[in-house]
Amino acid sequence: MKVKVNGEIKDIKDSVTITELLKIENVEMPDMVSVQLNGEFVERAEFSTLAVKEDDQIEFLYFMGGGSFGL
Amino acid sequence: MDFREDQIERYSRHIILSEVGVEGQEKLLNSKVLVIGTGGLGAPAAMYLAAAGIGTIGLVDGDVVDLSNLQRQIIHQTKDVGKLKTESGRETINDINPDVKVITYNEFVTSENILAIIKDQDYDFIIDGTDNFAAKFLINDACVLAKKPFSHAGIIRFQGQLTTFIPDNGTPCYRCIFQTPPPEGAVPTCREAGVLGVMGGVIGSLQATEALKYILGLGETLAGYLLTYNALTMEFKKIKINHNKKCGVCGDHPTIKTLIDYEIPACDL
Repeated sequence: MKVKVNGEIKDIKDSVTITELLKIENVEMPDMVSVQLNGEFVERAEFSTLAVKEDDQIEFLYFMGGGSFGL
Repeated sequence: MDFREDQIERYSRHIILSEVGVEGQEKLLNSKVLVIGTGGLGAPAAMYLAAAGIGTIGLVDGDVVDLSNLQRQIIHQTKDVGKLKTESGRETINDINPDVKVITYNEFVTSENILAIIKDQDYDFIIDGTDNFAAKFLINDACVLAKKPFSHAGIIRFQGQLTTFIPDNGTPCYRCIFQTPPPEGAVPTCREAGVLGVMGGVIGSLQATEALKYILGLGETLAGYLLTYNALTMEFKKIKINHNKKCGVCGDHPTIKTLIDYEIPACDL
């Protein structure tokens, strides 16, 4: 099925959870990512159970600290 | 207000913009912007705001200038190493534009002092130019609670991002996006971090642009959007972000009513 991740269309298998999608997309630090599914923020506790559906739009938003230490 | 001749000349490229004009320049000269952190982001932001003729600029920083800052914090120069960052910042701003009144706060923001600093001059707009998550959540919560517009930004390595919060506008805040600071151990270690110096220039200048637009009432701010920039691919992306009903500070049932001091992970690099 097709979903949109950060604006790009991706072809993935059915019933993929947010956690799995983060892996598929090679997100190195999933704890540093916030996820918006069809315009709504997903709670972190739901990442491992919530499956994406055909035509879903997913945005990965990354925590960014500062320049000096990046913490 | 009557402009002096030197002011008409100094601000002529603003004044000839039909969207700014004499009235807009007067607005800028009568406005007050608080810049929290005079580092990679705050340095260029404060310098452009000074050049633009923002009448009052507040600088908050409890640090002294270190040689390793100069790769990106362009408000400070080699001769300033060892000086208070707020004092070094004041000197540079005065050199750029003596019209600007600089107020310095030689301290780091905490839950104890941030509201007093924001209210000290009743600042019109606030720029988050800090370098750690604890300060970013603190500034967000303080601005939401005090109903102050602010620009949030972050930079790391070759990437940067920013958004703008406007109170009473239904716009999402920083906590709508990231509910709590990242868990310890998740953040990149000091060695993995680092930043291309110019990232602060790009993103800090965009923060200054948002402040100027907000004060002038021009165009659309980044309220409701996260703008991300990747210097390696030269891609800007404007991502729509929505207000989070479950947000702890601005959601339907807010649980955060007082400010929180999160721990800043230690780094001895």
